[in-house]
This record gives sequence, C-alpha cells and structure tokens, in this order.
Amino acid sequence: MSASPVYLDAATAAPAHPVARQALLAALDDGWADPGKLYTQARRARQLLDAAREATAQTLGVRADEVSFTSSGTTAAHGAVLGALAGRRRTGSTLVHSAIEHSAVLHAAERHVAAGGTAIPVPVDRLGRLDLDAWSAAVRAPGVALAALISASHEVGTVQPVAEAAAACADAGVPLYVDAAQSVGRVPLPAGWSVLTASAHKWGGPPGVGVLAVRKGTRWESPWPADEREGGRTPGSVNLPAVVAAAASLRAAAADAAAEEARLAPLVDRIRSRVAAEVPDVEVVGDPVLRLPHLVTFSCLYVDGETLLHALDRRGFAVSSGSSCTSSTLRPSHVLEAMGVLSHGNVRVSLHRETTEAHVERFLAELPGIVAGLRAEAGVVGL
Amino acid sequence: MPDEVLDCRGQRCPLPVIAAARRMPQVPIGTVVRVLADDPAAAVDIPAWCRMRGQEFLTAITGPEGPAYDIRRTH
Repeated sequence: MSASPVYLDAATAAPAHPVARQALLAALDDGWADPGKLYTQARRARQLLDAAREATAQTLGVRADEVSFTSSGTTAAHGAVLGALAGRRRTGSTLVHSAIEHSAVLHAAERHVAAGGTAIPVPVDRLGRLDLDAWSAAVRAPGVALAALISASHEVGTVQPVAEAAAACADAGVPLYVDAAQSVGRVPLPAGWSVLTASAHKWGGPPGVGVLAVRKGTRWESPWPADEREGGRTPGSVNLPAVVAAAASLRAAAADAAAEEARLAPLVDRIRSRVAAEVPDVEVVGDPVLRLPHLVTFSCLYVDGETLLHALDRRGFAVSSGSSCTSSTLRPSHVLEAMGVLSHGNVRVSLHRETTEAHVERFLAELPGIVAGLRAEAGVVGL
Repeated sequence: MPDEVLDCRGQRCPLPVIAAARRMPQVPIGTVVRVLADDPAAAVDIPAWCRMRGQEFLTAITGPEGPAYDIRRTH
C-alpha cells in the first residue's frame, strides 16, 4: 500500500519557503556577477548582496558589517570556533563547550585539541539542560579563550539557559559563541553572545548558506587563508542567488515565527503526550516546557533505530534518528549519551510551516502499530 | 563479583539490552548479572534500561573481556 509523503525532518532541512524559491529565481537572473568588480553587472550583484546582509542583520539584531555569509552552517560553526580561539590565543587556549554541541562545533574543538589546545565539555542534566554551576566554574578557570553553547538542542529541543551562561561568561571576561541553527527564524534570539552562527536550510532557505555574526569588539581572527571577501571572515565567492534567497526567506520566516510557534508548539505537545500514552515502553526525551516549538524526540525500547526509520519511510514518514545504527560512526548520539537517556529506537520528529494537524494525526495513528509490528518481528513483546 | 555473565559481545544495540531483559526475570531477586557488550551504545542503553525498569545498575567496567555492565535484579 502506498502512502503519501509526510516530511517531518525540518531540523535537518526545512522545505524551501516559497519566498526563497522566488528570490532564488530572480537572483539567478540578476545576481550572477562577482559583486567585487567594477562594472554594471557587478554593481547590481553588490546591491543584492548588501540588501541581503542588511535584511539578515536586522533579523538578527546586529549591524550589517557584523554579518558574513558562508558556504554552510557547518563552515560558519568551524569559523566561529577556530576564529574566536585564534583571536584570543594570547589569553589562553581553552575552549569550554556544552556536551551537546552540534558535531560541527565538536569537530572544530577536536581540531583545536589536535593543535595543542584544550576543550572542556560541560555536562547537561537528564532533560538536556546545561549544568550552569559547572559552566560557571569552567569559564572562570584561567586560560579560557572561548565558550560555546548551542541555543537549543538540535536533537532533543531543550532550550539552553543562554542568558545565564552569557552572564557567567561576561563576569569571567570570556566571549560566548552561540550556535543558533535551530532558533534563528523560529524563536527570539538570546542576548549576550559575541559570535553567533545559523544555517539557511533550517529556516526554509536553500542549502549551502551559513551565517556567521561577529559582534564589534570581539577578538576574532580568520582561521582560513587570507581573503578579503565577507569582511575577511570566510574565503571564496558567496553563492549570491542562494544568499539572496536565504535572506528573503529568513525575513519571511521571522515575520511568521510567533504565529508558527503558536501553531506548532501544541502539535509537539500532542506528539509528546500521545506517544508516551499510546506507545508502550517509550521514553520521550528533552525538556517538556523549555523547548523548541517544532522538535520532539523519543526512544522506543527494544527497537532498532534504523529498522524503525525504514518502517516509517515505507509508510511515507521522513524522520531522523540519533541511534548508533543510523550514524556513519556507529556510535549513539553524543547528545543522548550526555543526557543518559535511551539511545536505541530513537526518533526525532521536527515540524515546519507545511506541517498540518492532519500530518501529525496520521503519524500518531500509525506509529503505535509500526512499533508494535517491529517488536513482534523481533520477538520482544512483553519483555 | 557477578553471579553470572551474559556474553553479548559482537551484538549491536538493542540486542544486548534485549538479552538482559530476557535474562533478568529468570534469575532470583538480588542476583548480579554482568553483561559483556562491546557495542558503544550499551554504555548508554543498559543504564537507561535499568532506570526504565527499576532495576539496579551497579557499575560499568572495562576488564580483560572488554566493556562490562553489572545489573542487580531488585524486583
């Protein structure tokens, strides 16, 4: 039996916003020239790039010259970590980060450690919320060059106490980098950061556009070979049509964010309560209240995560998983590990502007039977 | 020392957890079962299973036989 597709993986990539599509097509006609050159076509491209930067800066609440576009959210995160560490290397070489940062941040941290630096992970509680006491102690230690805290967990949705963490950093004189990939375009941004990154395909922009914002007065030194473009913060030509589409869709997403939050948060509440009530032996993870409006994660005891994803896909549901069998490294998600919650049979559902109540109802109607079927096949019913 | 050993080496999660869940009701209350499991997910999932099932997770050790997890049946 065929099933119509229901896409529930917006936290990986949200479907393109209609505004993104329109802006991309228009900019393909108008924005193909190199904005750094001195002829008519280049000036038109420069105008488009300047307008995109201005719009993005307005949405983020920063100055336009504090915003650089990168070739992905990952590149932005790498630049944020390595550039801020480079800018403060005379102060120290310690990076403090939460244990639940995105792998892009952790991979930059690994590079820093391989080069002789130190990285100190700060634990989270069972709900995935930062241990603020441990954080405050870690950032106060001598030789801390940078602290990194994700705005809200991309895997379990728990919103982090960024304002409190930022206050601890300010007391210690340590700059704070916030990976806001899951928050930008969806929820108000926290204050108190020095460096922030985001990724356009999380808010309905095209893939391949990241945003790196560095506040004035922050010591940041490019970790890349020299290149004057994008304020010297990221090398290479930007994909201007995609940047224009990213900026236009960010403005549209931000304008709708409060209404979308009000629409999606109750749907996530419904998933949290119905999954817990109707699927036996399931652990719904993440903070039930202090969470993103569009993302929910749960783990089904005795069920193989990869098998569950395939079974859901056969019924038309696209979701993500933090289970080890679904990762290229065959390790469980470091986020679930840090929280100490069940990692197998894990499913992350993330909603977007095209998600309807009917989609969620169909998912909730089919999930218990799918899980029960897999448990019956595996012979684990009643364990 | 454990009362018995459940060798789940080479098994991918959730198989070590399933093996523990099958064995625990068969042993007397108070019995300590050591689960040998080299899948890295077992380090997360065996303690999580104990919490969900109200069994006592005693310790995780890495001995000559690789990673091992001791569980006591409490009910």
